[in-house]
Amino acid sequence: MAECKPLDDNSEWTFEKLTIYQTEIARVAEHYRLDTYTNQIEVITTEQMMDAYASIGMPIGYNHWTFGKKFIQTEQTYKRGHMGLAYEIVINSNPCISYLMEENTMTMQALVMAHACYGHNSFFKGNYLFKTWTDADSIIDYQLFAKNYISKCEHKFGISEVEATLDACHALMNHGVDRYKRPQKISLDEELKRQEERETYLQSQVNTIWRTMPDSNTKQTSTPVSFPSEPQENILYFIEKNAPLLKPWQREIVRIVRKTSQYFYPQKQTQVMNEGWACFWHYTIINHLFDEGLVTEKFMLEFLHSHTSVVAQQDYNSPYYSGINPYALGFNMFIDIRRICEHPTDEDKLWFPEIAGSIWLDTLHFAMENFKDESFISQYLSPKLIRDLKLFHIHDDDHNDYVEIAAIHNEKGYKKIRENLSNQYNLSNLEVNIQVVDANITGDRSLTLRHTPHQGVPLGDSTDEVLKHLHYLWQFDIKLVQPDNKGVDEIIASCPKADAKKTEKT
Amino acid sequence: MANFIDRRLNSKNKSTVNRQRFIRRYKSQIKKSVSEAINKRGVTDVDKGEDIVIPRKDLSEPIFHQGKGGIKDQVHPGNDQFSEGDRIKKPVGQQGKGTGEGDASDSGEGSDDFAFSISKEEYLNLLFEDLELPNLEKNQLDKLVEYKTVRSGFCAEGVPANIDIVKSLQGSIARRIAMTSTKRKQLKQAEQALEELRKDKHDHIKEERELIAKITVLKEKIAKVPFIDTFDMKFRNFSRQAVPSSRAVMFCLMDVSGSMDQATKDIAKRFYILLYLFLTRTYKTIDVVYIRHHTQAKEVDEQEFFYSQETGGTIASSALELMVKIVNERYSNNWNIYGAQASDGDNWADDSPYCHKLLLEKILPKARYFSYIEITQRAHQTLWQQYQQVADTQPHFAMRHIKSVDDIYPVFRDLFQKSTVQAA
Repeated sequence: MAECKPLDDNSEWTFEKLTIYQTEIARVAEHYRLDTYTNQIEVITTEQMMDAYASIGMPIGYNHWTFGKKFIQTEQTYKRGHMGLAYEIVINSNPCISYLMEENTMTMQALVMAHACYGHNSFFKGNYLFKTWTDADSIIDYQLFAKNYISKCEHKFGISEVEATLDACHALMNHGVDRYKRPQKISLDEELKRQEERETYLQSQVNTIWRTMPDSNTKQTSTPVSFPSEPQENILYFIEKNAPLLKPWQREIVRIVRKTSQYFYPQKQTQVMNEGWACFWHYTIINHLFDEGLVTEKFMLEFLHSHTSVVAQQDYNSPYYSGINPYALGFNMFIDIRRICEHPTDEDKLWFPEIAGSIWLDTLHFAMENFKDESFISQYLSPKLIRDLKLFHIHDDDHNDYVEIAAIHNEKGYKKIRENLSNQYNLSNLEVNIQVVDANITGDRSLTLRHTPHQGVPLGDSTDEVLKHLHYLWQFDIKLVQPDNKGVDEIIASCPKADAKKTEKT
Repeated sequence: MANFIDRRLNSKNKSTVNRQRFIRRYKSQIKKSVSEAINKRGVTDVDKGEDIVIPRKDLSEPIFHQGKGGIKDQVHPGNDQFSEGDRIKKPVGQQGKGTGEGDASDSGEGSDDFAFSISKEEYLNLLFEDLELPNLEKNQLDKLVEYKTVRSGFCAEGVPANIDIVKSLQGSIARRIAMTSTKRKQLKQAEQALEELRKDKHDHIKEERELIAKITVLKEKIAKVPFIDTFDMKFRNFSRQAVPSSRAVMFCLMDVSGSMDQATKDIAKRFYILLYLFLTRTYKTIDVVYIRHHTQAKEVDEQEFFYSQETGGTIASSALELMVKIVNERYSNNWNIYGAQASDGDNWADDSPYCHKLLLEKILPKARYFSYIEITQRAHQTLWQQYQQVADTQPHFAMRHIKSVDDIYPVFRDLFQKSTVQAA
């Protein structure tokens, strides 16, 4: 490629310079077949960034105290210098909104544009989880609808009522996700129309379910039907559809929280991949520009400084160690995949026969589109990378007074480490498995949930508090059971507490 | 394709509503923190916000999460010494140092408390929340007035010492120009005519003579206009202007005999803070004098005023006497004097009439306002009865019986209502 005149590398940025850099980055991104939503790049100040932090990055959100708490926390830690703010935030929407911080230097802005506007953006558009679970076209509209709806409810029913409902929903937010079903896509107009219909219809449905109640004395002969017929993992969905005494507007709020939770679900599952992909591309794009002579060495030095600090991995015994850095792991894996494609060793050919020596760009795109963290790691983590990162596996059994090193970075340990690291990103191992197993529709209307422990890990200490919130929504007795050693369910928690239980009037 | 949008000028405080929601939600904890803080800060220290501390466990948002125990498998980077099968003892009485714990410990035992700052307004709102502070600006107390002489333009009459020379001479020039203008015009015409006649080849002796005579007369007339006239004289003018004094002194009088406990003192402290706050809206400089008394009165600093305990009988007049003395010594001219006395009502019976007399003769004539609060659950005693008589006749004396913190505000309402009546 012919030598080009380098772009202005003065560290002050201007909108003209941003546009020039953006055009170059876009050109290179296209060269690497990065397919993106249209970019909307917004320059914001520190305070606005803290606002964005508090509202989980969404430009619009309903009002709730927990966001205020987050804001105060962010502000405090930032002001005390305990934490730097992110250079950017990017939103999975169409057009894809990215926030650039005003304070960034020109180099940082270029890095951030390559990272967010082309890395993350193409990931949002290409990855199968985002394609199936989220609807980038309507999310902003939906958030706007949610904000307006909730503030309308606050006017009608009072802030405290709405707040209590939201609190209860937030406590169950992680259990408001369909893990296996595919959600439908609908537009805002439809959403509004449907919401009206739903309100009336739902209430009538609920009434139908419970209408059988008073007759139960006369129809004792019928065999007890268990409801729901199969255990339900989406507790919020179950509440929305079946809670007997919930008011229509409360059902809608449950729905809003559920939808929000669903929207963020893919992001939780693709953290390593998403960040790795974005880091890989800012690194590759900027280096490409450097090879073309478009950016200077001065620019590159600052770029590499930032880049290396982002993808640095602290060792387990470092005082700064706080687990595996998803940026580091993801970035190194994508770099490693490219290496396997371009310069495969014998080991690679043995471990990855299908990709060793293939066209790297095709392989990379395939990996980005068809995996999530868990499967990505179990598919692509190579022995070389395990050696480079010196990964080791600690097995900690509660019953022993020691922890055991179960595997290290040697021939014997590669597969074990890969499997365990993959499990570490499996959300179903990290989040507790609680499902609705029974709602006693003919009796005392009590709701039974079952907790199935993962590897014998018990529930944390805030369980009782969550049950109180659940009780607020369901309004009848809640029981939480857990199978004991013999597989028989025993009650481990209930609300109201078993001893202080009042007799419910039916 | 990309669009750039400059959002920097958009509103910053998107989170304000959420912040207010947060404060609303944790009002009880925040108020507790505020009332604890009030004991730490001084009466005059009202110009800043406050750091609020809330125990973190009160703030946690519960979720179902994994607890401690069970089997945990973790992969870590940077192996430098371990081989497969190595066993490492867990620290006794502890879960492994971080290694054995899952990610979901976010609502575990929070070690440090949640601390943040609230602004001055938020602080005051919380502090006086039950008191519904009225709009202080609208109801201003009338202030002590002093006069000062200021220049106010010029006038035509005055004493010679105040003559303004420049202004007077300006007047003189103007008058002379005005009075001579027609004559000078005629003079000019005459001189021109004379010139023309002289240029003429023919002789015009007669006309020339006439013109010369006319010119002479005109010149004499112009010269006769006086250089300065009484009409020209300008004198500097002065007038007296009323200036409200911006200085105030606030006397805090308190009974510190054994019967006053800390809770009572805290109520009194709030009262003083409220009064101080009120005065800051009106006055630029405010002195606060603390006088505490049992059988003897003593001027003390704030710390000692609120927090040192003494025992003994009570003679309220000693404090009033000291106040009179201090006023005469330090605040005799142009100070707005405010007094606030707090007591539990105990006084040596024979002393109360003397208090009455002191107030009526020595203090109230000089003071802008004097308030007395009695913080007690018991029946009133002699001091109250004597003061009652004062209150009947003196409009700027207010007294109130306070049983709890909530009662402080009515005393203030008295204060504001009074000022509107006086103004009417």
